[in-house]
Amino acid sequence: MIHQYKMNGYNIVLDTYSGSVHVVDDLAYDAIALLDAGRSPEEAGEILRSGIAQKAASGHTEGLPKESDVDDVLSDIAELTAAGKLFSKDIFEPHAFDFKKRGTVVKALCLHVAHTCNLSCAYCFAAQGRFHGKAGLMSFETGKRALDFLVENSGTRHNLEVDFFGGEPLMNFGVCKELVTYARSIEKERNKNFRFTLTTNGIGITDEVIEWANRECYNVVLSLDGRQEVNDRFRKDIEGNGSYSRIVPNFQKFVRARGDRNYYIRGTFTHYNPDFTKDLFHMADDLGFTQLSMEPVVAKQGDPVALTPDDLKIVCEQYEILAKDMLRREKEGHPITFYHYMLDLTGGPCVYKRISGCGSGTEYMAVTPWGDLYPCHQFVGDEKYKLGDIWHGVTNTALRDEFKLCNVYARPDCADCWARLYCSGGCAANALHATGDIHGIYEAGCEVFRKRIECAVMMKAAEAEMAKHPEA
Amino acid sequence: MKHIETLNTRDMAESLENGGCGECQTSCQSACKTSCGIANQKCEKADKN
Repeated sequence: MIHQYKMNGYNIVLDTYSGSVHVVDDLAYDAIALLDAGRSPEEAGEILRSGIAQKAASGHTEGLPKESDVDDVLSDIAELTAAGKLFSKDIFEPHAFDFKKRGTVVKALCLHVAHTCNLSCAYCFAAQGRFHGKAGLMSFETGKRALDFLVENSGTRHNLEVDFFGGEPLMNFGVCKELVTYARSIEKERNKNFRFTLTTNGIGITDEVIEWANRECYNVVLSLDGRQEVNDRFRKDIEGNGSYSRIVPNFQKFVRARGDRNYYIRGTFTHYNPDFTKDLFHMADDLGFTQLSMEPVVAKQGDPVALTPDDLKIVCEQYEILAKDMLRREKEGHPITFYHYMLDLTGGPCVYKRISGCGSGTEYMAVTPWGDLYPCHQFVGDEKYKLGDIWHGVTNTALRDEFKLCNVYARPDCADCWARLYCSGGCAANALHATGDIHGIYEAGCEVFRKRIECAVMMKAAEAEMAKHPEA
Repeated sequence: MKHIETLNTRDMAESLENGGCGECQTSCQSACKTSCGIANQKCEKADKN
């Protein structure tokens, strides 16, 4: 399977199963399209030569390839096809169904240390931190048992991830600190490396939090939606006051002290700001942040905040605007990063990662303040999806096995999608919310995802050109 | 090749032989928390191919 598209002056051909990326001229682009449509090389050659002759006869000779170029192009395509880099076949499907037989290790926990929040954001998928249930804080004993559960179930995996999440995790900062101290005390003897992340709304950031997080946390995710009027539309405190003026100085201080360690300023865009690049550029140009992430709101169709089909068109244009502007910034020597454009073509994921799905319910689980296990943070509060608890482990093994097989090959709608090895089948929670089935697909999310991959790959093509012609 | 430039990418078929260590980051744990994408995850295998 291949995918062809044109963007920002580049003709790009992606080969799905080899992962190859080709930047081609117009003649090669048309030749590949003809072959993909089922034409033989001879037929394709004839059509291309005839097209060149017609254009030449009508006087359109500028930039016109020679008829002899057609043979060169077809020969290049044949060479790449023989090398398995074009029109490559799917050799991975049998491995996807072997997964059920594989043992399962847990390598990441989303630790819901606080099911309560000091903001009351109207669009919150976690229902203002309570996940449609009662409010509560995780005790140290429960958190400690969760870390032990992770170590006990992680097999030989060395790197273990723990995200302090909520609600607002800093409302239980004392327990976060105690848990890190405990984890550090056992990681050497258990041959583990804990990577902690903190996802915070910024209200509770103090000098002590900054010092602790910058010492202990591998990554921090700082929630800010962008422009003040955009942020304050939803990100309000309990009294209804916008949070922007309180959190922005906290985040700036936090990031300045963080040095070169990872962070994300992470926003959500909704129906009210599909022009979200304005928010990203505000974060970069007015506030000085350089590591950015921005996600579409998670909302049911019909909800006033949900993105409409008309919004999606704007959103896709925005991703392209962002990609081009990021290239400009790179050229000018002040780059920014955007989470979804951080493709690593040579050092990216192996095919096992690409076909096994996101890991929710198997490698990755969410833990409630009371120690219950769910496939991920987006399922918390839905009793049907309770996997077990940290004391007894996964007791709903049928549900775990369902998630184990919930990969790109288990979704019929993904069969013909060129992006299937970039997304691995998408988010199970989004699929459930959109279709009622974790094996479904959230089509609007897919459209956005494909656009992001097209933009990210275009940036790679542009960067390759910049590397070759730095003076241009 | 005059008409086609192929960017360097990881060989997927080869990674079938050499991948699967599982040390990489969990997909949405790192930042987004609301959408799955594995393409931007780094491989953490020291001797990857």
